Amino acid sequence: MNPARKRKVRLVVALSAAVALATALIYTSFNASSPALTPSQLVRQAQPGRTYTLTGKVAAGSVHRNGGALDFSVEDRVGGTTVPLVYTGSVPDPFREGREVIVTVEKQGSRYIGERDSLITKCPSKFKTAPAHQKQNA
Amino acid sequence: MAGLGFACLLMALLVCVYGIGASLYGVRSGRAEFTASGRRSVYALAGVLTVAFAVLEVAFLRNDFVFNTVADTSSRSTPTFYRAAAVWSSQEGSLLLWAWLLSLWSSLALFLTRRRMRDIASYATAILLGFGGFFIALMVFYANPFATTHPAPAEGAGLDPLLRFPTMMIHPPMLYSGYTLATIPLAFGMGALLSRRVDADWLKAVRRFAFAAWLFLGVGILLGARWSYSELGWGGYWGWDAVENASLMPWLTGTAFLHSLMLQEKRGMLKVWNVSLVLATGTLAIMGTFLVRSGVLNSIHAFGGATLGVPFVTLIGVLIVSRRDMLRSEHRLDSLLSRESIFLANNVVLVGLCFVIFWGTYFPLISAAVTGQESSVGPPWFDRYTVPLALLLVLLSGLGPVIAWRRATLANARRNLLMPVAGALLTLVVLLLAGVPGRPYALAMFSCAGFVLTSLGQEFVRGTRARRAMAGEPAPQALLALVRRNRRRYGGYVVHLGMAVLFIGVAASSSFKHASELSLAPGQSARVGGYEMKYERPTATVTPQFDREHTGSTMALGAEVNVSKDGHHVATLRPSQGYYASGESSAGTVGSLIAGQAVSHISMSGGVTRDLWSAIQPDIGAPVLQRIVSTGNKTLPSEDALVALLYLAREYLKHPPPAQFHFIVSPLVMWIWIGGLIVLGGGLIAIWPAPSTVRRRVLARSRAARGLARA
Amino acid sequence: MDILIAVCLVVLALAVAYVVSAPLRAPQDEEQHDPDQGRSRASEKEAADEKAELDSLLTARENKYKEIRDAELDFRTGKLSSDDYKAIDAELRAEALEILDQLEALDRS
Repeated sequence: MNPARKRKVRLVVALSAAVALATALIYTSFNASSPALTPSQLVRQAQPGRTYTLTGKVAAGSVHRNGGALDFSVEDRVGGTTVPLVYTGSVPDPFREGREVIVTVEKQGSRYIGERDSLITKCPSKFKTAPAHQKQNA
Repeated sequence: MAGLGFACLLMALLVCVYGIGASLYGVRSGRAEFTASGRRSVYALAGVLTVAFAVLEVAFLRNDFVFNTVADTSSRSTPTFYRAAAVWSSQEGSLLLWAWLLSLWSSLALFLTRRRMRDIASYATAILLGFGGFFIALMVFYANPFATTHPAPAEGAGLDPLLRFPTMMIHPPMLYSGYTLATIPLAFGMGALLSRRVDADWLKAVRRFAFAAWLFLGVGILLGARWSYSELGWGGYWGWDAVENASLMPWLTGTAFLHSLMLQEKRGMLKVWNVSLVLATGTLAIMGTFLVRSGVLNSIHAFGGATLGVPFVTLIGVLIVSRRDMLRSEHRLDSLLSRESIFLANNVVLVGLCFVIFWGTYFPLISAAVTGQESSVGPPWFDRYTVPLALLLVLLSGLGPVIAWRRATLANARRNLLMPVAGALLTLVVLLLAGVPGRPYALAMFSCAGFVLTSLGQEFVRGTRARRAMAGEPAPQALLALVRRNRRRYGGYVVHLGMAVLFIGVAASSSFKHASELSLAPGQSARVGGYEMKYERPTATVTPQFDREHTGSTMALGAEVNVSKDGHHVATLRPSQGYYASGESSAGTVGSLIAGQAVSHISMSGGVTRDLWSAIQPDIGAPVLQRIVSTGNKTLPSEDALVALLYLAREYLKHPPPAQFHFIVSPLVMWIWIGGLIVLGGGLIAIWPAPSTVRRRVLARSRAARGLARA
Repeated sequence: MDILIAVCLVVLALAVAYVVSAPLRAPQDEEQHDPDQGRSRASEKEAADEKAELDSLLTARENKYKEIRDAELDFRTGKLSSDDYKAIDAELRAEALEILDQLEALDRS
């Protein structure tokens, strides 16, 4: 095989491998992903056995520790549905009632189980929008 | 003073607009004086932005709460160091930092290239000023760092306690330097394409800045991981978070570029690839800047992404295609068995890694666009693809040193691989015999690291031997001389050594860590990873102003934990939870003193073989403690509220409720930081300019060869 | 206080204008190296092109010298057989000579 042909073959092989890997990557990402849902959406759509990324606020008065797990409820940002869940794993520092959280949950029977170590609490003050008092450019 | 700052921003914007016009006119018409004027605009921009930044910095140091950013992120009780650094903790301040750093680095780049590459530099000036102008316009119209409120509030909100750690304060300037430095090769690359001068010269000029970007990004990433591990309460150093990924992606393409540019230098190969890498690194850096900004900038991000990003990338694509004649490679690969080919493989793996991370990071947007439902992928998905690629990368870094440039001799290569392969097998056997649990990926990584370390060791030994044969120096001198005269090669080897050590640390600490989360009362203990952690006694401190670490907490409740192994005392850990005052008064006079963000102060004992990590979450909600708070709320005015905390602390010490503990024993974590430092050191060795005597000797020899050829 | 700020601003603006317009006000500045070059735009562009080519060749020469040294180090650390090294070294020196010839040609013109 002359050098030019050899190079072309190499290129084709390399590209095919890349395409194959990319396809595997893309396929598994859609399969392994967790859709992001609010509590009201979760209650409507959740199917047992699938994981979902639940976003919302920690409902006031819902946080209780029982043994090694943490019970709390997540409610919609704008009122409405509240979803109680049982969570095990690390709890971020900013976590408290009223804070926005993201947690991966799975529906088991009629309960929601939080995936271990998946709880993320949004930093409340870092990039907050302007406070309510008057603002003016100098 | 705020007026001065804002006026500086306006002036800066005007300078940008002028500079773009002057540079473009200068290059189109060939009038050098306009090019020079455009370059000087960048210097002027740096000057003006320095004044603006100084105004903001002074405002923070003087607690001038008229400035909204000062009132939002600082307070009288924030320690001075954090006040100075709080400038870039807000959206507006960080935009100013970005623009300022961009102007500084751009000034340096244009100053260093002022006598060369006039056309390329003109286009680069216009592009850099374009980026700068965009960020300044964002500040002027959307996120003004000099916005004020009259009358000024008496006290500010204070710096977010989570940020009150030295590491976290140096992290943004490092990272932003990396991002802004990465835009310089981007600008020069586009300039080279626009002026049709894609030759050896622009590459050489750009190399230094690509390298500096790589260095600063690397430091920033390392600092971020270190902060996450040693300050945050989750005990990990990498979570495949969007913000972490945003800084890793340009670092990966930057690493690829540092390798592939050598191929262009030597064989004139991969011109298209190099230009694309440079542009990708710069683009990823800018995307990274936007990704870490949220809130107000979300809409801008969407606007910027769709309206500006897509045309920008299209423009680059059109440029590359229209200049493809100039970008044709001068040579091809001579042989598959060559260092060039290993470098190519390394590039493919790095870009592949970057693609995986890109896909996972932006998946929410992609899935929303494709399926209408926003979904995200978690760390397990990332790990599945990055771990094998990382293994491949480490393997290649051990293979490269053994293979010669251009065409290696097969017999020699085979012979040179004997020791490294033996090293890999020996590592594996030793580990298995030592009873290390059979985690395939970790063992594979250890073996690959063994391969690399042996290969590099062999290189240093052989090189020293060769040098001694030539110059007859004793071994230490020979080694030093060898490295000094071949900085790129041996500096590069040191970098690879550091990476191997880093990956050893990563593999060990992720596959073999022991963690335990449980509730303990004083006197009880937990068994974690062969160690016994005993909760000896509670601790409590009340600080009216500054605590020992100057984080500004009002009260800290914690524990003293004795760690022992086989009955021998190993370490004493003192984790605590710091409570901060909140600005709201809704929690009562006493309650508001501790109703702010609670921050976990972890306690760690680092060691060469393992780290002992502990965190505590005291039960502040325990009825006996809350009773004290509510009584204090009812009876004490705010000036005396601190007294209630003293009662609370005393109660906690006398009758401590069981607290929630989190213990982690991770092996070999320290080697991650050590490896990172080695990488940085090796990088500095590689980039240091070579002594000029070497050049002269080669010159003389070549001239002699020429003379011989003529004769 | 306000007057002071206004004065600062004016001074800053003047400084910026001065720095930025300096090349425009004095066309005979340090940017032009070649003393015997005519003032016409075309020859300015030509000179710039030539300079770019010179810089490019000089860089290429440095790179080639580095390659020659790298090959020698490869040989001495046992990655190349003696025959292979001689062949590669000869190739590299021939390429270096080409560049030196191009530089000479540019010098002469």
